[in-house]
Amino acid sequence: MVMPADTVSVTGWGRTAPTTARLVRPRTYEEAAAAVRECGARGAISRGLGRAYGDAAQNAGGAVLDMTGLDRIHAIDVDGGTVLCDAGVSLHRLMEVLLPLGWFVPVTPGTRYVTVGGAIGADIHGKNHHGSGSFARHVLSFELLTADGEIRTVAHGTPLFDATAGGMGLTGVILTATVRLQPVETALMCVDTERAVDLDDLMARLTATDHRYRYSVAWIDLLARGARMGRSVLTRGDHAPLDSLPPRARRHPLAFRPSQLPAAPAFVPEGLLGRTTVGLFNELWYRKAPRARTGELQRIPTFFHPLDGVPHWNRVYGRGGFVQYQFVVGHGREETLRRIVRRISERRCPSFLAVLKRFGEGDAGWLSFPVPGWTLALDIPANLPGLGSFLDELDEEVAGAGGRVYLAKDARLRPELLDAMYPRLGTFRSLRQELDPRGVFTSDLSRRLGL
Amino acid sequence: MKDAFGIPQSLLVLGGTSEIALATARRLITRRTRTVWLAGRPTPALEEAAEQLRRLGADARTVAFDALDPESHEAVLGKVFAEGDIDMVLMAFGMLGDQAVDEKEPALAVRVAQTNYTGAVSSGLVCARALQTQGHGSLVVLSSVAGERARRSNFIYGSSKAGLDAFAQGLGDALYGTGAHVMVVRPGFVRTRMTAHLAEVPLSTTPEAVAAAIELGLRRRSETVWVPGALRMVMSALRHTPRAVFRRLPI
Ligand SMILES: NC(=O)c1ccc[n+]([C@@H]2O[C@H](COP(=O)([O-])OP(=O)(O)OC[C@H]3O[C@@H](n4cnc5c(N)ncnc54)[C@H](OP(=O)(O)O)[C@@H]3O)[C@@H](O)[C@H]2O)c1
Repeated sequence: MVMPADTVSVTGWGRTAPTTARLVRPRTYEEAAAAVRECGARGAISRGLGRAYGDAAQNAGGAVLDMTGLDRIHAIDVDGGTVLCDAGVSLHRLMEVLLPLGWFVPVTPGTRYVTVGGAIGADIHGKNHHGSGSFARHVLSFELLTADGEIRTVAHGTPLFDATAGGMGLTGVILTATVRLQPVETALMCVDTERAVDLDDLMARLTATDHRYRYSVAWIDLLARGARMGRSVLTRGDHAPLDSLPPRARRHPLAFRPSQLPAAPAFVPEGLLGRTTVGLFNELWYRKAPRARTGELQRIPTFFHPLDGVPHWNRVYGRGGFVQYQFVVGHGREETLRRIVRRISERRCPSFLAVLKRFGEGDAGWLSFPVPGWTLALDIPANLPGLGSFLDELDEEVAGAGGRVYLAKDARLRPELLDAMYPRLGTFRSLRQELDPRGVFTSDLSRRLGL
Repeated sequence: MKDAFGIPQSLLVLGGTSEIALATARRLITRRTRTVWLAGRPTPALEEAAEQLRRLGADARTVAFDALDPESHEAVLGKVFAEGDIDMVLMAFGMLGDQAVDEKEPALAVRVAQTNYTGAVSSGLVCARALQTQGHGSLVVLSSVAGERARRSNFIYGSSKAGLDAFAQGLGDALYGTGAHVMVVRPGFVRTRMTAHLAEVPLSTTPEAVAAAIELGLRRRSETVWVPGALRMVMSALRHTPRAVFRRLPI
């Protein structure tokens, strides 16, 4: 069996810390099994669309399985609302196929360009986390190719399921999954927008009224200081019901037509995104947001995936790449959140609109990120002097408050903090030890953090 | 593995008692580095250096390594790599020699050349292969401005560094695309025991400054680093100075 294999340099979406691996693109489950069997001493890891920011889908010196070649949708239960598909199918593809049938994916992150396998491996969350939990909550079962070459059917609620949901691909290669869907009447969103003048105002609004919305997120300006620290624009909404559409739009209520702008240029001079440009951008964006507007109809990409409109937007950070820092601290830890926001704004990190969200109940995945509380995500250019130590200090705050950082975003966490952040890491390690004693499934992330 | 800022978790120093290397190790330990291998000639000084790094929290180990014994490099360094990935190799061994004496004693001059050049070729190739197999890692080579243009006052050392520098650049090109990265560091006059007996020159610097430049170079994935940075321009001017003038310069 001949498979295309290439030695290539691989990075995550943040484009930091490149390493070289053999990229294999299996087109069948047999090819995937063969790739795992023949991966050699440095092991293998699966990779979807490469949207993890750090080194989760890299494997220096070993094999990286590009799963996007396994992209078939096998069955859709149009009445019951489930889909059985290959792990390499993207959420974008699912939306294209499912929306006309009146179904939507149960959870979508800020980009549609993630695969179903990646969504389970990182147990991704979206704007509906406070009500709907993370992706794996809606996965009924999946098929997992394990280190011994077996293909196991893994049902929701079993230990292997909980190890794999959020397990960053380290339990095996997900081949297919059965996912429960969300019924929708239209492909439009009905959105309320409001401004919050500062962080306390924002937290108060989210706490008081989040439960009224299926989807909720706040874009926060981390460059605003003093009395305006934490000023934000909240956008919250739900799928628009058919009767909310104007008559003309009612003729094709389920049409899904994402449009794209030209890609970001391949070369961007360093320092383009300085404090001043980013500050100006944030200012304009805050001012142009309505103080309060209700019931606006928005298209799905506008509401969920604004950055998907610009392919390769990650290039705007230039050659040095960028780091995305995302953490969560529990309810009752608002003081920690406040302190971290203050430190970031005082330090004047040139960070584009960051995202703040209130998480609901967490899910069962052992390394699943979300826990009830507050999560903040921000992008920072990696070449900012002193950034490494600054983020280390934030980690201490987060860990001290019983919080954690998100592994799918991480490229720099100090491994010593991991056990405190993920208390079920020991269970995860023992399961891996038993299931994969030779450590076939290995990634740069697992080497760096000792997962 | 290196983090997003290029900081290694594991470090192998060739020339484990080098002051520049130890300053670099100390700096990297305060960032991320946990495992440090100090390879060098087995002396109490080597053990003491490891002990110092342990006090900073590193898991520091020593291993016997002699640049003048290339036959042993494969085995000695192979053992280190077999224990786990090395994210960064710092090639720091070297000897200055004594130009006046070495000119009269060719055998001593050869020692300088063999340490600085032959020893680096052999250990450099061994490490390069290991890094390539890993698919990641940096080989940081302490070259010198002395190799940029050989001077009357230290051309034996200078020529050995010129050889080392050319070798390291070529190796970097050979490794391009393999995941392994070679960074050539060209310090000027650094105040260490190597230069303790010499009169200071303008633009002289410290081991700590070299360490800082190395950290920055790792973050930028640089291929060449001058310390201090101004030397890049100075050396560029010197390189183009006519021979007759260069010969008479008091450098
Ligand atoms: N200092 C400067 O001004 C300057 C400027 C430019 C470049 N450099 C270069 O930077 C590097 C480090 O210099 P440094 O200033 O840190 O000097 P240093 O403290 O004298 O270090 C030199 C190191 O080389 C080791 N060494 C010498 N011969 C060896 C051999 N045969 N096998 C194994 N190790 C051997 C020494 O080990 P022992 O303890 O066993 O002797 C010592 O660890 C050298 O390559 C030097 O050429 C220095």
